[in-house]
Amino acid sequence: MKKYYTTLTDAVQNFLIEVGDISYFAGRFFKEVVKRPFEFNEFLRQCYNMGNRSLLLVGVTGFIIGLVFTLQSRPTLMEFGAVSWMPSMVSISIIREIGPIITALICAGRIGSGIGAELGSMRVTEQIDAMEVSGTNPYKYLVVTRILATTFMLPILIIVGDAIAIYGSFLVENLKGNVSFLLYFNQVFDALEFSDLIPATIKSFFFGFAIGLVGCYKGYNCKKGTAGVGLAANSAVVYTSMLLFVIDFIAVFVTDIFYDL
Amino acid sequence: MIYKMEPIVVIKDLRKSFGTNHVLDGFNMELLEGENLVVMGKSGSGKSVMIKCLIGLEQPDSGTIEVMGKDISKLNDDELDEIRTEVGFLFQGSALYDSMSVRENLEFPLRRHTKKFGVIEDTTPLVMEALKSVGLEHAVDLMPNELSGGMKRRIALARTLILKPKIILYDEPTTGLDPITSKEIILLMQNVQKKYKTSSIIITHDVDCARVIANRMILLVDGINYAEGSFEDLSNSEDVKVKAFFK
Repeated sequence: MKKYYTTLTDAVQNFLIEVGDISYFAGRFFKEVVKRPFEFNEFLRQCYNMGNRSLLLVGVTGFIIGLVFTLQSRPTLMEFGAVSWMPSMVSISIIREIGPIITALICAGRIGSGIGAELGSMRVTEQIDAMEVSGTNPYKYLVVTRILATTFMLPILIIVGDAIAIYGSFLVENLKGNVSFLLYFNQVFDALEFSDLIPATIKSFFFGFAIGLVGCYKGYNCKKGTAGVGLAANSAVVYTSMLLFVIDFIAVFVTDIFYDL
Repeated sequence: MIYKMEPIVVIKDLRKSFGTNHVLDGFNMELLEGENLVVMGKSGSGKSVMIKCLIGLEQPDSGTIEVMGKDISKLNDDELDEIRTEVGFLFQGSALYDSMSVRENLEFPLRRHTKKFGVIEDTTPLVMEALKSVGLEHAVDLMPNELSGGMKRRIALARTLILKPKIILYDEPTTGLDPITSKEIILLMQNVQKKYKTSSIIITHDVDCARVIANRMILLVDGINYAEGSFEDLSNSEDVKVKAFFK
């Protein structure tokens, strides 16, 4: 019994230490981000890498989600004679919740693990040390630029993913119900309000920040040689995914206070 | 007239522990201007930790490190960067930036240390000069994954030389290389010292490397400078711990 108690307390202690370390790491980001020199070229390079290379994955996933979501819900709506509500339902659910969280989870896998592995391998091959010796603040050059890039690119990816998902939904409605593009998208935009768009956009910045932060933290503090690189990439995805759901919960909670969902 | 060389690096009573493992336990060392000082020791004896403390990559628990008369523990980030322009570091695994070409690897420190060189518009002449000194001008546009182990080590040396440092720290420069490439690297290190008049600390296990390059040697045993002298002095020593290195 004592053994299990010790294991549990150790696990809780390690978790709290990890949370403390990540908080310190995040605090350092806010301190460094306002300091000169600004690594603008590296920031743009990271934006291109993260945005451009994730676009296809986000687009395909969004398209399939739109298709499947509409195909699955159509029979139920038809039973109630409410199929004309399809554009409103799809747009609200995708814009508010499904689009941001699914895109963020995909990016946690695609971008977060990539950052964890890249920085982890730079750490174990002493490239980060070499950068420091070269008169460069590696935190600023590698971490700040990546966190900023994920923070700014994720909302863009989410908007693109949402648009493609709604287009996928339209294709199903067009094929099955002969609904025109204009009618479908008129209903989509009629159903949407600022209370749907603003919270979703704000939380997508937080999602992006979380993906960059955890990926960079895991990679930058990578230990135990090449095995540690795999571990960094893996744990970056696991921790980020958990954190995304926590942020999502908080976002919905706060939105409810302001907009009375 | 007796010419006395001045120490350019002075380490006094350096201590560094990782948990209960006391890696450095009162290590003392002086590097004189223009000399090649070889530091030998068993794996895990703290040689690499010592030179990382010297360049500020590791923080010592206690002790003082003076580089060119400045106590590095008392320097702020800008002053430490200034010192780092004078101290080159050749990493054990070369540590070339994977995502950059050879040219970009060499340009990187040049563009960063603007205080020493100012803003350089055209870096090509300096890059080519550094590559020429290691005999690899043709590799300028290659990526690190296209280079052999020996070539990587040479490019890393070129990246170090491009800042024209006064001191070079070599962390096991011949480890993992075949005997022929090792000899080439050792000769290159000698040429670098002659051409650039650098002072060097060479961390190595390689007795052949030490024989060729050392002006003076220190054996790091149990966290202290256990024995010190020329290669001949130490290789002829009767001390069991010293003899073990030269068997």
